[in-house]
Amino acid sequence: MIKFQEIKKSFLVSLWFMFLTFPIMVIRVNPIEKIVEWRWKNMIIVGIGSFLLSFVWRYMLKKREAGEKRAETWESGKTSFMQRILEERRFYIPLVTGLTIIAVAFPFIFSMYQTSIMTTALMYIVLGLGLNIVVGLAGLLDLGYVAFYAVGAYSYALLNHHFGLGFWSALPIGAVLGFIFGILLGFPVLRLRGDYLAIVTLGFGEIIRLVLKNWNEFSFGPSGIANIDRPGFFGIQFSLQAATIYLYFLMIGLVIFTIIVVNRLQNSRIGRAWIALREDETACQAMGIDKTRTKLRAFALGATWAGMVGVIFAAKTTFINPASFTFLESAMILSIVVLGGMGSISGVIIGALILILLPEYLRAFSDYRVLIFGAIMVIMMVFRPQGIISNIRRTYKFNE
Amino acid sequence: MNTILEVKNLTMDFGGLRALDHLDLNVVEGEITAIIGPNGAGKTTFFNCITGIYNPNEGEILSSPPGKKRKKINGLKPNHVTKKGIARTFQNIRLFSNMTVLENVMIGRHCRTSSGIIGAILRGRSTIKEEKDVVDFSYNILKKTGISHLVNEFAKNLPYGAQRRLEIARAIATEPFLLLLDEPAAGMNPRETRELDELITRLRDEDNISILMIEHDMKLVMSLSDRIFVVDYGRKIAQGTPCDIINNPIVIKAYLGEDFDA
Repeated sequence: MIKFQEIKKSFLVSLWFMFLTFPIMVIRVNPIEKIVEWRWKNMIIVGIGSFLLSFVWRYMLKKREAGEKRAETWESGKTSFMQRILEERRFYIPLVTGLTIIAVAFPFIFSMYQTSIMTTALMYIVLGLGLNIVVGLAGLLDLGYVAFYAVGAYSYALLNHHFGLGFWSALPIGAVLGFIFGILLGFPVLRLRGDYLAIVTLGFGEIIRLVLKNWNEFSFGPSGIANIDRPGFFGIQFSLQAATIYLYFLMIGLVIFTIIVVNRLQNSRIGRAWIALREDETACQAMGIDKTRTKLRAFALGATWAGMVGVIFAAKTTFINPASFTFLESAMILSIVVLGGMGSISGVIIGALILILLPEYLRAFSDYRVLIFGAIMVIMMVFRPQGIISNIRRTYKFNE
Repeated sequence: MNTILEVKNLTMDFGGLRALDHLDLNVVEGEITAIIGPNGAGKTTFFNCITGIYNPNEGEILSSPPGKKRKKINGLKPNHVTKKGIARTFQNIRLFSNMTVLENVMIGRHCRTSSGIIGAILRGRSTIKEEKDVVDFSYNILKKTGISHLVNEFAKNLPYGAQRRLEIARAIATEPFLLLLDEPAAGMNPRETRELDELITRLRDEDNISILMIEHDMKLVMSLSDRIFVVDYGRKIAQGTPCDIINNPIVIKAYLGEDFDA
């Protein structure tokens, strides 16, 4: 009997979809020849498609519910496949060696174009890991993260334009400026949480962008700043190809550095305070944690990384203008964190690779890019809200 | 017989509602003091005033840790109150549910340790040592509270009784001289309550922690406490030893209503 009900449900779903898509999929008005075309074939396709998909959908929902029940019976003895790979040495060491070989060989095997795309993906990994500190660990929803990215990019561009400052001296300056702006934003939003915080940070991001766009004397407005120097190596300037490879390895270095730092932070006194703040603000304060300082630290550290990547971005593209720092960028970085798994380093890396590389290699479907992007996000949020790899906490062993 | 917490004339208004009305109370070193009273009497508000979550409208809260000077603590932020040595648990359990049991206790060590961002990134010798001390200290507390077998479980996966214990463990990790327990036995079965009784007595006798608790379980209150304060409508209506309280007609009236004539 259950089967019959299922079929009935799916049938109703397909009817509903056929009705909804009727005006756009079936009727086509040709105004030149003044004919109305009725494409009944489309309607049948929509009907059959939604009929079948509704089965898949319900099957997946059931599977998820079963999974939740298993998780509730509280012996988490079984770890997932992903977790095992990340924890056991036997899997872990070959994986790391493999990744190292691929990472080193990449620019020499693939074309310059591929290397350049990979560099972009690596930049987003670092951005994602930086935002992960703010959103994933400290639980502060920051929608204006790109502002700090812009601060870094413009600090290098302007210093280079006016004073001819090189990349390597600008990198720490960009980081420090990101840190300072992180604190500047942090102060007014200390009292806010959740939705309110999201709105204020969103506003802050837009303010920075609009200032850069309209303050012509300072930032050259919408026309941007061109001819920014590529990074050199002790005064040596590279050819375009060498510079691309150089930037690639520079980003690999920065990614490794960021992973080490974030990994150390999240299992430190400060990192635990962030997570406690995310879990319960009142209890966190009652346990003796200074809320103000903890929040400011999260904002400032997250912003530092954005500032650094901003400098690299300016050096990579050699041209920046405010159009690179729209809200869409913030949303993209946030999607990386959410899709990958909040608070999980390996999750953010995978998330960044998927969201940045996939659109590049799926150019054939470029018309449907945003559609696919939206569909992936919706499906992820329904079936795996914790992200691809959920946050794993460190376990301690005691032998007594 | 040193008084370690002195509350004088404490008044707290929420708009037109007077939640606490010129309340006086003191806690003596090495004693278990209980606050009882009907629902909505202002007991939890009182705790929130002491721990800095609310700032009282009137009155003084003076804390004098053993061997230290007496200090006014009202108006301080919650984290500073904790640092001064007054820790608390919550009536509705407020654990950090997506952290492990050990990490929950380690959070309690936060205000007694000092390594910062730079230390965490460089992971120097002093940071590693501090981290190890924190882990060992926290594990010992878990052993003391009897939940060390759950050390790597997520707090949200713990059974109810263990969650209550973890709240206490987390609070004593801050090394308090005074521990405020807000209905520690709520929702516990008789066996768990008995174990809690033992734990609280042990904390007082072995660790020298004075205890101020709100509790509705009369059996537990009568067997544990050295002194009891009865609060109703934000006012103190009686105080004394368990024996005094149990026979006090005012208390009986407050609990069972005016028309009670037995």
